[in-house]
Amino acid sequence: MENEQRWELRLYVAGQTPKSILAFKNITRYCSEYLEGRYSIEVIDLLKNPQLAEGDQIIAIPTLIRKVPEPIRKIIGDLSNEEKVLVGLNIRPIPVINEP
Amino acid sequence: MHQSVQFPKTSTGIEGLDEITNGGFPKGRPILICGSAGCGKTLFGIQFLVNGIKEQNEPGVFISFEESTADLTFNVLSLGFDLRKLQAENKLRIDHIRIERSEIQETGEYDLEGLFIRLDHAIKTVGAKRVVLDTIESLFSGMDNETLLRSEIRRLFQWLREKGVTAIITGERGEKSLTRQGLEEYVSDCVLLLDFRVIDQIATRRLRIVKYRGSTHGTNEYPFLIDESGISVIPITSLKLNYKTSTRIVSTGVPSLDVLFDGGGVYEGSSSLVTGTAGTAKTILAGHFAAGSGQRQERVLFFSFEESPDQLIRNMLSIGVDLRPFIDAGLLLIHASRPTLQGLEMHLLLFHKLMKEFDPRTVIVDPISSLVSVGSPLEVKAMLVRLMDSLKLKKINCLFTALIGQGGDAGNDPMVDTVSSLADNWFYLKNEVEGGRRQRMLSIVKSRGMEHYNDFIPFSITREGIKIASTQSHSRSKQTNGK
Repeated sequence: MENEQRWELRLYVAGQTPKSILAFKNITRYCSEYLEGRYSIEVIDLLKNPQLAEGDQIIAIPTLIRKVPEPIRKIIGDLSNEEKVLVGLNIRPIPVINEP
Repeated sequence: MHQSVQFPKTSTGIEGLDEITNGGFPKGRPILICGSAGCGKTLFGIQFLVNGIKEQNEPGVFISFEESTADLTFNVLSLGFDLRKLQAENKLRIDHIRIERSEIQETGEYDLEGLFIRLDHAIKTVGAKRVVLDTIESLFSGMDNETLLRSEIRRLFQWLREKGVTAIITGERGEKSLTRQGLEEYVSDCVLLLDFRVIDQIATRRLRIVKYRGSTHGTNEYPFLIDESGISVIPITSLKLNYKTSTRIVSTGVPSLDVLFDGGGVYEGSSSLVTGTAGTAKTILAGHFAAGSGQRQERVLFFSFEESPDQLIRNMLSIGVDLRPFIDAGLLLIHASRPTLQGLEMHLLLFHKLMKEFDPRTVIVDPISSLVSVGSPLEVKAMLVRLMDSLKLKKINCLFTALIGQGGDAGNDPMVDTVSSLADNWFYLKNEVEGGRRQRMLSIVKSRGMEHYNDFIPFSITREGIKIASTQSHSRSKQTNGK
């Protein structure tokens, strides 16, 4: 049943900045590795659609939002720390022993 | 040579503050307002925006980092600020920025471009000229990267300047600095400090302009009050003497006193002070003054700090002055309360409120000396100056009574000193004991712009009220200091 879970992610960016491009690359890589065929990533460029920032309470760029499964999770930054992103999105269960 | 190159200013929307700041806030620049919790920062911001929309036709944006839009709207509704309506008219935009630390994970580099985009979008949507950020320091509790936040906030303030919006940034008072996060380092044009203190169990709000680059401003601490019409500041020293004066004469309510004045009474819209020790008939004279106004069919507002309305009516009735018909006719309103019931600012507020509602032609305060029990002499002075000034502007007659210490000389009392110099007419009452007999005496110490009887003159209280002994040889003094 766990394997049937779909993942709907949304990445907020503001234009093609290095941080945003890096974030998109990173999340695509993690998803294809761990969620193959069970995910979708919607990229929202706030420079084009500024009115969308309010709904998901975006202040930092880039921000990744896990819409499904609920509850909603938010990760801000270029997503360069794989472990943190996976834990943050709850793709992997939280390790029992926390590494420094 | 003094060059008067003034940069443009914009009204603060707060009564009294434009006077202190010589015209308002610096237009198109950020302004920092700091103060501890509950000192009125949020309301300050709201009022700045609402009045900007109403008075200056300048739309506004409120970015709330704390209260939700619904809470904010509800909280200021009682002050007559209908934010929902202003939003519907597309003149105001409120954006609630909620930061839940528990919901947010940080990994890698980021910036606050989202905040800039939201703000920019909000400004463009309504064409805002005014912005309030309340309280931006909340970002620090929601995110870890302090260095980044600081540089982004610095960038934000620079961005606001470039946008040309007049922005109020609120900040929580820090222990060692003006604000917890040292925002004053980034906003250096205009910094205001709000303070809320309890002195002798009475709450007082104060405001101070810490800094106003390129502009002169009042440097005092100014008391301010929050009432049902929002914030108003009471400038102590910035009042101007530019009121119009009347040449009409009104009766003091005591015919035998009127004849002591060359004009047959006192000038309309003048202020009178009655001083005397306990039991010298100050309140009785005030009662006559009230009745005199009533007889002219003019409304009179009587603030009684020592006697209840019933007591005042009974006592005046015992000397043949019936105030009841004036009350029934809606000409006399007696407002009785203990001075210690509330702080000075609330008294002043009540004065203004009742004056607005009742629209009197005469105001009596009996006695002003008891107000000292709720404020320092300086504050009471400030309040009375303010009150007398607003009465003068409206050409309202006023009479204040003041108790002076037994055997005291009126000149020794700092309070009487202050008020007597402001008052146009001054009546000095005393009791003289001669051979076991007490004789009431009255003297007109001054009456600006009018000749008057100059000596102490005996008077008595009869069943028909105050009777002043008739004077055969009127010794007069010419008063020329008509200010």
